[in-house]
Amino acid sequence: MRNDDPNPKDSKDQPDSSGVSRRDFLKISGISVAVPLVASPRMVMAAGEEVPVHGPGKVPMGFTINGKNYKASLEPRVTLLDALRDQFELTGAKRVCDRAECGACTVLMDDKPVYACSALAIEAQHKAITTVEALTQDGKLHPVQQSFVEDDASQCGFCTPGFVVACKAFLDKHPRPSAEDVRRGLSGNLCRCGTYHGIQRVIAQMAEKGA
Amino acid sequence: MTDYAWPDAEHRTLIGKRITRVDSPVKVSGQAKYTYDVHRPGMLYGKVLRCPYAHAKVVSIDTSAAEKMPGVKAVHIVQGPGANIHWAGDDIVAVAAVDEPTAEDAIRAVKVTYQQLPYLVSDAEPPQGAAQEQGPLSMDDIDDMLDNQVPSQQMVSQIQQYGITAKPTEEILKMLKSDGATDAVLDAIRAATVHPGAGTQTKSNYQKAAAQTLGDPDKGFADAEVVSEGVYGIPVITHCCLESHGSISEWTDQDHLFTHISTQNVSGIPGQMAEPLKIPATNIRVHQDHIGGGFGSKFSPDRWGIYTAELSRKAGGKPIRIMLERDSELKVAGARPSAYARVKVGAKKDGTIVAWQSDSWGTGGPGGGGMPPIPYVFTIPNQRKQHTAIRNNIGPARAWRAPNHPQAAVITMCALDDLAAKLNMDPVEFFGKNLDITKPRQDIYREELAIASDLMGWKQKWHPGGQSQSGGMARGVGVSFHTWGGRGHSSDCDLTIHPDGSVDLKLGSQDLGTGTRTCILMVAADTLGIPLDAINLQIGDTNYPPSGGSGGSTTIGGVSSSTRRAAVDARDALFAKVAPALNAQPDQLECVNGTVRIKGDSSKSLSWKEACSKLGAMPLTVRGKNPDRSKPPDLTNSGVGGVQMAEVEVDTETGIVKVKKMVAVQDCGLVVNLKTAESQCYGALIMGISYALFEEKVMDPGTGRMLNADMQFYRLAGLNDIPELVVHMMTGKGYDERGVIGLGEPPVISPGAAISNAVANAIGVRVPFLPLTPDRVLAALGQKAGA
Repeated sequence: MRNDDPNPKDSKDQPDSSGVSRRDFLKISGISVAVPLVASPRMVMAAGEEVPVHGPGKVPMGFTINGKNYKASLEPRVTLLDALRDQFELTGAKRVCDRAECGACTVLMDDKPVYACSALAIEAQHKAITTVEALTQDGKLHPVQQSFVEDDASQCGFCTPGFVVACKAFLDKHPRPSAEDVRRGLSGNLCRCGTYHGIQRVIAQMAEKGA
Repeated sequence: MTDYAWPDAEHRTLIGKRITRVDSPVKVSGQAKYTYDVHRPGMLYGKVLRCPYAHAKVVSIDTSAAEKMPGVKAVHIVQGPGANIHWAGDDIVAVAAVDEPTAEDAIRAVKVTYQQLPYLVSDAEPPQGAAQEQGPLSMDDIDDMLDNQVPSQQMVSQIQQYGITAKPTEEILKMLKSDGATDAVLDAIRAATVHPGAGTQTKSNYQKAAAQTLGDPDKGFADAEVVSEGVYGIPVITHCCLESHGSISEWTDQDHLFTHISTQNVSGIPGQMAEPLKIPATNIRVHQDHIGGGFGSKFSPDRWGIYTAELSRKAGGKPIRIMLERDSELKVAGARPSAYARVKVGAKKDGTIVAWQSDSWGTGGPGGGGMPPIPYVFTIPNQRKQHTAIRNNIGPARAWRAPNHPQAAVITMCALDDLAAKLNMDPVEFFGKNLDITKPRQDIYREELAIASDLMGWKQKWHPGGQSQSGGMARGVGVSFHTWGGRGHSSDCDLTIHPDGSVDLKLGSQDLGTGTRTCILMVAADTLGIPLDAINLQIGDTNYPPSGGSGGSTTIGGVSSSTRRAAVDARDALFAKVAPALNAQPDQLECVNGTVRIKGDSSKSLSWKEACSKLGAMPLTVRGKNPDRSKPPDLTNSGVGGVQMAEVEVDTETGIVKVKKMVAVQDCGLVVNLKTAESQCYGALIMGISYALFEEKVMDPGTGRMLNADMQFYRLAGLNDIPELVVHMMTGKGYDERGVIGLGEPPVISPGAAISNAVANAIGVRVPFLPLTPDRVLAALGQKAGA
């Protein structure tokens, strides 16, 4: 599936860059499944404006993930998380709650941490997506990952990739975080085994290095 | 004779040290493949239609529209017309399609009609006189129990206790077996007393489950100088594994199945799938690299594991993935039984506990459930207790990390803590005074209690109840005790030394995130005198020797013992081959630091690689086993203690409880890896904070459904809820020589009781039930003010 061509951006292959907002998506998703498959957007009137509508059949999409280009034909209702996992076999981000509650699917979108389960793939086009897989360069773990290893901050490990990405993004923004920063910045990820003690040590150690 | 005993402290290079987990790098980099991550060529995606009613009969099912949809590859009716459904969320129809959206559309196109039936989802205190004696069991009753996933052990004890209504034919026994009856259950039925004609009474939801007396409770209470009465309890909670239950199944030919499954029980899965799929267990291969949490809920292939394979058969053998949705995970894939009790407990003025009386109740779903082991840890000389099991429609219960013990700890330790308060005694002094009735572990508890008190700063922090308040914030401390068995399970492993010096170690075990891989490698590497990374360890496949399921804290004792025996035998076999080259007898050799040498003489040595080259052309393979009486000593043991303390702060305006500090002092015999052992305890404390403050499976009496089947309203503790945590592992003399004992369960038992006791100490009144939510805290404070 992966397309390694560094310059694949032929505008004809790309869907309309304006995409579909969540609100439009919700309206569209009510349309019966009998609608024929369409590859290009249709224009419909919504709230007095013309808006492009994709689907409900599969539409071609293109992504930039970890600096590489990927293409796939997906229904507009497919989430970024499911596209990453099922289409591109980037399974570091996990599907747990599937509704923006637990953070196990955290990825970076233009360097900002987002819940991939609650972003539509179609909306993630033209954004730079970074997954946990990209943090390890040439087999060398990112310092945050290395600290997770040494501080034993994973047990079953299912929440770990999401937590690693969230911690990395958090520390990039707050190299010397206060307790209050940590409270606000990292309470969007949940763990069942109870690895928070190790994660607290990761943050403390990284903060020391960042100081 | 070969000595398999654990090396003593001076001769251990890895065992007992703090070693970094070997599988962390693949986990932190997102490379670790869990069942949910497995992507097989041509894989189809399954979805499940679930019953929306708590109790219903399936009347009709129409799958024709779904079957005609493009992209739908197989449709399977799991429970057809006539089936009785006992909980909301039970499986009715499964479909497989080319992708998830298509499968979801297909599920929406299936039409099912139900006849709704009366249901009960409450586990409130049974009405007076409602509890009935259980009569003899009919074969329908037994089939219902299977359907309701009542544990085999519980079924056997009920069959033995109550007998059966009629002798079953071999035909019926065969049917029960294909419905999942274990051999133990079938044997119990064959041996059961028959009470003809009985069993026609209408079944009550309330069943008398146990009535026991010890000593002379009447005299005990007459002798008591202080008596405390209270009600205590802990609700149904879920396992909420982050990786939901599920599997990917494919038929590699007409009668061979390959399954990737999220399981705590790799070696035990084929035996459970064989009968329902009508193929021999040897034709089923199971594989799992990593598991995203189990906590007691993943021992069986489950109904969905079987029909995933059935769907695959219908789809021409193509791989089909069914992983439960989060709401189903919380509704149907695991719950811990509730337990509540009215307790009366009496003591002498000096604090000596003399009498216990409890009237307890609780539910494990449609199977009812049993009485937790109360009074817990403290064998009070005079006891009277009875228990009522509530059979209701909330879904089946499963083992939850330390089954029945957290419930027993809350009921017992909270009742005893209230008694200490009534005696105006410091609980540490009170419990300390009564340690004689914790035999045989009184010395361990005494030592652990002293260490815990020290680490908590108990003497400075404890005040009589409700007397440490300022500015609306109340502070308090609490203590609890626990115990667990933890003897190692059966485990076989194969260790191979190749002539080039490489080493393979294979066993059908699994690493739940407890550090099992790391510990196995530490034992093998320590014994062979080579580094951890010189050994290629493979687990998680039925192609490897069988090793027990990871439950009840039995894994570490099992796998460390089989590995130790294999490594000792392999080492000695290598010595026999190497001895001539060193002009020595095999028993004069040792392996140290990657060399094989004459004991204590580094001048006469061969490198590990040179030594292995003496094996000749063929590799050397040995089988290690646990238990193995022919290779003494016993390397594992049973029975641990453990003391925990909690310090809390309660906002008396809002009722919000904040845990400020927790201390866990834990023994588990010889600790293999101190680092992962401590992590187990930290994790257990955190899981304990979570169930003490937040967790409850909330059932809606109006619809019979779970109200909070998501991770927003089924709340787990987050980073912000974690206080200062102090873990102290008991090691050294008195502990190491006991052998290896499991650690998974014990530290998760006490947090609920310790935190509840700390809250009672802070606000001067008991909040009877967990979780200690603001509304319950405020209600308790209100009652205290009104009293």
